[in-house]
Amino acid sequence: MEAEGLNMTIDYVGSSGVVLSTEQKAALQSSLVILKSNYKFREVKFWGKILGVKSNYFIVQGVGKDELKDRKTLYSQDCVQWGLLPVVTESMKHNCSFVKGRFTGDPSYEYEHMEVKKGDNQDGEGAEEENIIMVKEEDRLATTIEAIDCDVRIVPRGLSVADSGKLSSYFHFREPFLLTQKTLLQKAELDKAIDFLDPIDTDVPKGGSWSIQFERGSGLVTLRSLHWLGFTFYHVPNSRKYGSIYFGLGTKNLDLPFML
Amino acid sequence: MESVAEAMSNDLEGDFQNAKAFLLKTSLHSNLNIYDHLSSVIKKVLDEKPHNVTGKYQNKEDESTEVALARSQLTLFEVMYNSLFLDPKVLNFEIEIPDLKLQRRPGESLIETVMLDPERDEDLEEAPLPDLMELANYFEQAGVGIGREETFRIFLALKILIDSQPIRTCRFWGKIFGIHANYFIAEVEFFEGEDPEEPSDDNKQEEQQQDQDEAKVDLAKEGEFQAEEDDLPEPDFKPPVEIPQEENRTGCNKKTYFACNEPGHTWIRLPPVTPAQIVISRQIQKFFTGNLEAPVVSYPPFAGNEANYLRAQIARISATTHISPLGYYVFEEEEEEDDEGGGRDSFVVNQEFEGLTINDMTDLSCSNWVHHVQYILPQGRCTWFNPSQKREEEELEEEEDEEEKEEPDEPEPEQGPPLLTPLSEDAEVDSMPPWTAQKSSTLVPQYALAVMHSNLWPGAHAFAVERKFENIYVGWGQRYSAENYSPPPPPPPQEEFPSGPEITEAEDPSVEEEKALKAAQQEALEAAEMEEDEEDDDEDD
Repeated sequence: MEAEGLNMTIDYVGSSGVVLSTEQKAALQSSLVILKSNYKFREVKFWGKILGVKSNYFIVQGVGKDELKDRKTLYSQDCVQWGLLPVVTESMKHNCSFVKGRFTGDPSYEYEHMEVKKGDNQDGEGAEEENIIMVKEEDRLATTIEAIDCDVRIVPRGLSVADSGKLSSYFHFREPFLLTQKTLLQKAELDKAIDFLDPIDTDVPKGGSWSIQFERGSGLVTLRSLHWLGFTFYHVPNSRKYGSIYFGLGTKNLDLPFML
Repeated sequence: MESVAEAMSNDLEGDFQNAKAFLLKTSLHSNLNIYDHLSSVIKKVLDEKPHNVTGKYQNKEDESTEVALARSQLTLFEVMYNSLFLDPKVLNFEIEIPDLKLQRRPGESLIETVMLDPERDEDLEEAPLPDLMELANYFEQAGVGIGREETFRIFLALKILIDSQPIRTCRFWGKIFGIHANYFIAEVEFFEGEDPEEPSDDNKQEEQQQDQDEAKVDLAKEGEFQAEEDDLPEPDFKPPVEIPQEENRTGCNKKTYFACNEPGHTWIRLPPVTPAQIVISRQIQKFFTGNLEAPVVSYPPFAGNEANYLRAQIARISATTHISPLGYYVFEEEEEEDDEGGGRDSFVVNQEFEGLTINDMTDLSCSNWVHHVQYILPQGRCTWFNPSQKREEEELEEEEDEEEKEEPDEPEPEQGPPLLTPLSEDAEVDSMPPWTAQKSSTLVPQYALAVMHSNLWPGAHAFAVERKFENIYVGWGQRYSAENYSPPPPPPPQEEFPSGPEITEAEDPSVEEEKALKAAQQEALEAAEMEEDEEDDDEDD
């Protein structure tokens, strides 16, 4: 969600339980401007809030020249002091995949994970090796944010009211990888100027990954992800207004297949 | 005489002017005014002179969804204007001009019931309507809740609900998201004995009588059926005793809930919850669809449709997350503690309660917050029901000759924490504290609110400041668990009949065995003959 006019746009997602207090709004208003000039961002986006047990993380993303690739993520606990999150590496992703449960709210907290490796000796007997992995919450935060961006960050395609009610009118805002798997026949129908990203109607489970609803008459379309509960996307049909925000626990809903 | 008539007409004129003024008043909230809206509609009708005017304006399909939805929201405001500002005379006047009614869609008959309540002004003083906007303001400071516009629409919708039902207390319970639509929930208590759907005692007895009669008829039929055929073995299995539902106004059914998909739609009353539904709802995880009639497809099977499931979740969420500051509610003093009932189930507001300080309320131990909704036992009831009681009675009635049969073990009564237990007693959630206490403002703590977030039911929040407090739930209606959900395993297969010699079939002998047996028999025969011969020989000697 764009930081500019955040006071107004936050109302679009109010019905999804996303509310900022006056204090937070006031702090964000000024601190985001400072962020933008300090880091020389072209644009600053308010990404959302991850709820921890002790305290919450406010997340902001700064966009440089390339909207898709040149992004930096910052976090704060009081909307005033901001810290840069590390760049996510493959090993971080691997380590974080072991961590379960809630965020604590302390960025320096370390999760412990005991990994038992079975090394195959030549005799054929497996010797057990214990390996303790320490994961910093800061790293987990960065990984989670990237995972959410990859899974559910979307942009609208359709602009008319009728189109905005269809899932095929929204695209994943990431490097397309499903598109390359399509056959020539399927690609023939696409409009190259628009259809260069993956549409979200093929998300698995089909038809069960998103909840799409009209609000305010049809003056507003709200999409809520069922994979990442707390992710809300809004779009005003027939306009260029859209945005998304995440207000949640930072855990993926892996029980989805049972819940539909 | 003339002067009286004149005065009356003046009066009517005045009323008309007043009504028009109010219609012209622009709503601060929606920036619409009804007068312009109506006049544009009438103008359009007169300009275009379409065929079948009424049909056109009543037909929902003709309107785009946009207009339809906006209209249903606007109707809220219209209803409120009507009920608050117009008196019956003007309303009659309105009814005389049928065109003005064009905007009403069928199904909004509650307008009439609202309008024709004459004693409304007197009720205003002690109306059960909470000041939702004030509460919304507090929740906004706490950074939770739903947007102001939506809250205001709910506010109006609640008012309509209160005006149309004999409601004693009412509060906005929260919002539950569904896949296709969301639910707004209102929690109400009726005046005693005025519950419109509560069956009177006579009806209940009749129903029971009928049930019993039907049961008898069934039994008789079965008897005839069996007499014709061979005697079938009687199964030993007795279905487990069904735990009875708690009466209205007690336990899980203490309060009544109304739900609607959109503020302004009709409030639908949710059915009372049964213990079986609560027990099953603990074992399943399902999203709501937004349709109260939808079936709940799950394993173990849930008895009821989505309305029942919604009601069960509401009961569970309320029991776990409805909290109030310590000392706000107290038990009535006269009431004697009875040890059998397992604690008292009613309390009163402590008028002398002054409120606790912000630091006390946000204390990490959370001992200054208490639950004011009864704990639901594993059985699915708030008060324990002994299932063996009923069974014993049945057995006595049935037959008395099987006395050597062992008595079923007396089940251990389930017990939960009593009412008004502090949160510090709550169990941990996956080694995390069950509640997170925060101050709404870190910079100006002296004017901050104490805010509580539930970690067991994400989306359940409470705030407290001085004497004021409120709970709200905004979420998907699902309990948190760190472990992934796995459905309960199917029941174990039934035990086989114990195998023994009497039911075991003997193995057929193989050819070799048969031959060996035959050979042995042959030998034995020959040996016997030999012996006989020998004997014969001996005798001959």
